[in-house]
Amino acid sequence: MDELPPDAGRDVTRTGRITADPARLEARRVRRRRMDLLAKAVITVIAFVAIAAVALIFLFVAREALPLVFGQFRDEVTLGSMILPQAWREGAGAIFSWQPVSTVPKYSLAPLVVGTLKVTVIALVFAVPLAVGAAVFSAEFASRRTREIIKPAIEMLAGVPSVVLGFFALIVLASLLQNLFGFTYRLNGIVAGIALGLALIPVVYTVSEDALIAVPRSYREASLALGASRARTAWSVIVPAAAPGIFAAVVLGFGRAMGETMIVLMASGNAAVLSLDPTSSVRTIPATIAAEMGEVVVGGAHWSVLFLLGTLLFLVTLTFNTLGARYVARMRRKMGERS
Amino acid sequence: MRARILLLLVGVLSLTACPTCARRAPRDEGGAPAPGSSVTVKGSDTLVLLGQRLAEAYMASAPGRVVQVTGGGSGTGIAALINGTTDIASASRALKDEERVQIEARRGVAPVETTVALDGIAVFVHRESPVTALSLPQLKAIYTGKLTRWSELGGPDAPIVLYGRENNSGTYAYFKERVLEEEDFAPETQTLPGTAAVVNAVTRDRNAIGYGGIAYDSGIRIVAVREDAGAEAVAPTEDAVVHGRYPISRPLFMYTAGPPRGAVKAFLDFALSPEGQALASKVGYYPLPVGAGRVDEAADANPEADTAQPPLLEQPGEADAEAELP
Repeated sequence: MDELPPDAGRDVTRTGRITADPARLEARRVRRRRMDLLAKAVITVIAFVAIAAVALIFLFVAREALPLVFGQFRDEVTLGSMILPQAWREGAGAIFSWQPVSTVPKYSLAPLVVGTLKVTVIALVFAVPLAVGAAVFSAEFASRRTREIIKPAIEMLAGVPSVVLGFFALIVLASLLQNLFGFTYRLNGIVAGIALGLALIPVVYTVSEDALIAVPRSYREASLALGASRARTAWSVIVPAAAPGIFAAVVLGFGRAMGETMIVLMASGNAAVLSLDPTSSVRTIPATIAAEMGEVVVGGAHWSVLFLLGTLLFLVTLTFNTLGARYVARMRRKMGERS
Repeated sequence: MRARILLLLVGVLSLTACPTCARRAPRDEGGAPAPGSSVTVKGSDTLVLLGQRLAEAYMASAPGRVVQVTGGGSGTGIAALINGTTDIASASRALKDEERVQIEARRGVAPVETTVALDGIAVFVHRESPVTALSLPQLKAIYTGKLTRWSELGGPDAPIVLYGRENNSGTYAYFKERVLEEEDFAPETQTLPGTAAVVNAVTRDRNAIGYGGIAYDSGIRIVAVREDAGAEAVAPTEDAVVHGRYPISRPLFMYTAGPPRGAVKAFLDFALSPEGQALASKVGYYPLPVGAGRVDEAADANPEADTAQPPLLEQPGEADAEAELP
């Protein structure tokens, strides 16, 4: 930044004569350097404010969960009673039960964790084939014009507010699926999973498509030159070459699905049953926090448990999003080297 | 660079290392606000609409009166009362013991309960269900998961699909206390936010049963409720709720830290006046039974003196509780 262009400090006068004044040149150099330093400082501060905000949010959330970890609510709930099954009555079997508002509050995390994973997996099973299929089509088969329609259309799905998707699932999708398959529970894991899948499609599609597009042209040409059909080329050459990127897309989708609140709150039925049956009602961690936070006693055991759930969710989604973002970055670098 | 990041992190940590200094400091207004100053009401979403109607009429009744009403939930309102950030906490459930203790500890006075209206909780089924009346023990068996098929109640051979309110709602707490006698809901109970959502779900599900504030919809049938197997089945009509014949009705409360004074008292007196009670019926609740320790006769006798005469309000909430005892 200290290197100035050769004509710096020289003023071209109106008559075209060039004047060089060493003192003015020096003054200008100092001014520029100051401006540079100032701009750099401002930008650095802004960047760190964003990081600090995330760190502070995490610290706040975790701090509210600490009394629980340190056993302040030992009579009501401990880490052990949240993880292990408990026998609540003399002679009754040990069960996992989430009944936080009760004469004997029961805070077993198992139904919520299983519920969250269940909905997430259903959403991915629904969304990944559709999104990756759409990405393969738009990257490999679609004409330029078709692609220019498909890509923004799918990405527009990302702009649909999740409450709208949730409402659609609650009113339309749930009745449709119940009439088709005769579910006992109208709102269930499958309904919530499919609605959640709709929200994941743009996430998975965008990243997968980038990965497929980034596969070097030479791969495609070599495969076609060997006599492979376009379908064969796409299936056996392009998709495997882009696999790390597609994997990253799935990981990012997983992170998004875990944290999504509104869709599952509206469409899952929110019953905290511990079951692997996808047609039973489901209560997820984010929906639980959203639904219960409004009425808890501030600073009480239930409050603390909800913050612990928040911390857990924060860590899991952060891990998956970081992993996904790293994969994407690495893939971009590799593809850059290859082509 | 790494050292600099570390430094920054240390800075950030030190900002948060003092857990108590950032804690909500209790804002005590030094007892009661002066008459004519603004009153804040925060709490139960059930009571937001009634609170706002009351506030509008009260503010219109005299210049210089300001009442702000916000929702957020009974717990939120009570938390605000504990922290001293609201004058009145509205609640569709009674205070919990721990909350009572916190108010006494933080505000230095005992909370005072004022019952402002009655609410009935209706039980409803799909309009095509043959079930027309249920007893409280039957409802308890249904919602605790001991009775799982409609055939056991004279209906078709189909599973009973349970709908209820979220556990943050006063309706949930009251139903659990009154009908389930504090036993836990069956884990299969699907919880939905708001009575409207429950009604909506029940209209779409012919095996469904739900409960919530009294609501009317062509897709549902409101079930009459009996106290026990031998008793008369009562539908939740106004007459039945006000006279205590409908078994699942509840009081709606407004809590203050210490006895209400000044503008707060004036507002609560207004809520209990015939005009305030008429508003309660208008928004779908039921007025308090006549003679349950209310201040209506006092307010009638001396309408201007509502801010000036402390002995008029005899803590109606407590009087109500006594009236219900026998």
